[in-house]
Amino acid sequence: MFEQPSERPNLLEVVDLKKHFPIKRGFLFEKEVGAVKAVDGVSFFIREGETLGLVGESGCGKTTIGRLILRAHNPTAGQVWFQDRRMGRVDVARLDEGELRELRQNMQLIFQDPYSSLNPRMTLLEIVGEPLRNHGLAKGNELKARVAELLKVVGLRPEYMTRYPHAFSGGQRQRIGVARALALHPQLVVCDEPVSALDVSVQAQILNLLQALQGEFGLTYLFISHDLSVVEHISDRVAVMYVGKLVESAATTDLFLTPRHPYTEALLSSVPKPDPRIRTEAVPLTGEVADPAHPPSGCYFHPRCKYRIDRCVVEEPMLRPIADAGASASDHFVSCHRAEELRLLGVAGLA
Amino acid sequence: MTTVSRPILDRGRAYEDKQESQLLVVLRRFRRHKLAVISTILILFIFGVSLLAPLLAPFGRDAIDLTSPVRPAPPGTHDMAGQIHLLGIDQLGRDLFTRLLYAARVSMSIAILVVLISETFGMLLGAVAGYFGGIVDTIISRVIEFMLTIPTLPILLIISAILLRRDVVIPLPGFINRLLSGLLLAPEREAQKVVVLVLILVVFGWLGAARLMRGMALSLSKQDFVEALRAAGASDARIIFRHIIPNGLAPILVDASLALGGVIVTESALSFLGLGVQDPTPTWGNMLSTSQSYMFQHPWLPLVPGIPLVIVSIGFNFIGDGLRDALDPRLKR
Repeated sequence: MFEQPSERPNLLEVVDLKKHFPIKRGFLFEKEVGAVKAVDGVSFFIREGETLGLVGESGCGKTTIGRLILRAHNPTAGQVWFQDRRMGRVDVARLDEGELRELRQNMQLIFQDPYSSLNPRMTLLEIVGEPLRNHGLAKGNELKARVAELLKVVGLRPEYMTRYPHAFSGGQRQRIGVARALALHPQLVVCDEPVSALDVSVQAQILNLLQALQGEFGLTYLFISHDLSVVEHISDRVAVMYVGKLVESAATTDLFLTPRHPYTEALLSSVPKPDPRIRTEAVPLTGEVADPAHPPSGCYFHPRCKYRIDRCVVEEPMLRPIADAGASASDHFVSCHRAEELRLLGVAGLA
Repeated sequence: MTTVSRPILDRGRAYEDKQESQLLVVLRRFRRHKLAVISTILILFIFGVSLLAPLLAPFGRDAIDLTSPVRPAPPGTHDMAGQIHLLGIDQLGRDLFTRLLYAARVSMSIAILVVLISETFGMLLGAVAGYFGGIVDTIISRVIEFMLTIPTLPILLIISAILLRRDVVIPLPGFINRLLSGLLLAPEREAQKVVVLVLILVVFGWLGAARLMRGMALSLSKQDFVEALRAAGASDARIIFRHIIPNGLAPILVDASLALGGVIVTESALSFLGLGVQDPTPTWGNMLSTSQSYMFQHPWLPLVPGIPLVIVSIGFNFIGDGLRDALDPRLKR
């Protein structure tokens, strides 16, 4: 957080990414009657070696973005440029099956649910060794040695490798998931709410492990979460999503201290403060989250926004760079018509 | 888990290092189901006896005792050489005990063959349907539903009437014919007719397994670990065979053991109606069928094949129940 990582090249560039899930009606002759716009024109980038936190409330499309980057879903439109170690700069959205296989050696995923993400009938050796085996990188005793090493790296004992997942606690299972993701030495790891299913005390352990591993292996993280204090702890930069769109992105401290979008302000004010004596001006949000199948006109946030003006109802704001007081201008992006004039409340030091 | 309790927990786990394999756990829980254990023993006994049929049988399968003055004759009748007919002789003078042993072999073989083939086939189709979903799932599911609407018995009757009466023979490679004739202890020509019956039963036998596995595959393939496998570069075939099927196997095993009992009964019913396996190949069903003409004068005749038939079909049901309980992951270990 103290260094400026802006000289580092971009590992991932997402350009105008869209994913619309069609809503179908009828039997046999299905008709498309609409679409859920889970991700609707999102652009962002991640620099090599940094952690981008992606936050937003449930159902805003965070997880879908993670899946799109890995091509677990096919995007409706847009590009996902990835600087692959072997293949060079490729558009993930346009790779064929063979290239995807290649790509997935360099892009891995850590899941939210440490229970359903591990096959209950496989031993740790088989679970963690699966990627190595599938890519023909190791077998037999060599595989065992590699798995043992991976288990050690994530803080599990190598003797555990003959056991089944049910013998482990949630935190330990999440470590197993991390070991599996690291097996192929990926460049990018998409962490899909990796700690939100865990106890707070265990959350810290996993977060620290992820940070240590990032330093050790030069990993780049896309860290998806709805927990702002977790995101503040681990991220170099943060992107905020609302109903399939990015509303703001900035370096972590900038975003938390000087939010420029009313939604970010509302999110920040919703985080409980550990000190009961601190009285903050809460910015309560009224109304419901917009339905991604029938989003509102203009700015998607306008029905809930207390700074709304007439322009917000009609014209959709674009994500644009905005200058911050001290920092470099190019790193703070916001999509709000009134970003320059509004004075919004930030928070200092959540975690 | 707090930092304080962690070493204690870890030490507790150290003892557990020699984990019970899942098979052992299932076996231990199966043993608690008394009826299932008794059934297993009885069925294994009948199975063993049928395996040893040629050694145990006192007479030839189709040997006719011409010396007996009455046919059928009750249990305990002696032939001229003084050898005892343990269960008597049938209307043609053939030793019933001998034929019962051979019939056990045929009936059990048919049941095992049918269940093995149909459960495997159903399992694969179901896994494919559930895993891939979409159009593949739609086609397979509609076929299954269509076949389920067909009333089974009349169709079985029609098919077997056409195929068996017309002497239709399925062309099979010679070694399979020889294998089957060895399995059924019957000449190759008779064995070939049994194959027809097996196929008829398979055609309607795979539906249940397919639906079970489809459901399992559907829910399993939505779990994160399948996505992790894809991210780990696993092929669809590997995911289905190594991960989906082993996880969905428990209900299939239960279904298979229940199906074994069902197939034996269905085969008997067909044979009883004269449309299954034909005399002289003995099965429990056609033994029952021939005995019905004599049952009022010779009431032991239907009991001879009837008792093992009942034991085996009920037994397989108990085993199925026992397996269901033993494989249920929600129960305490």
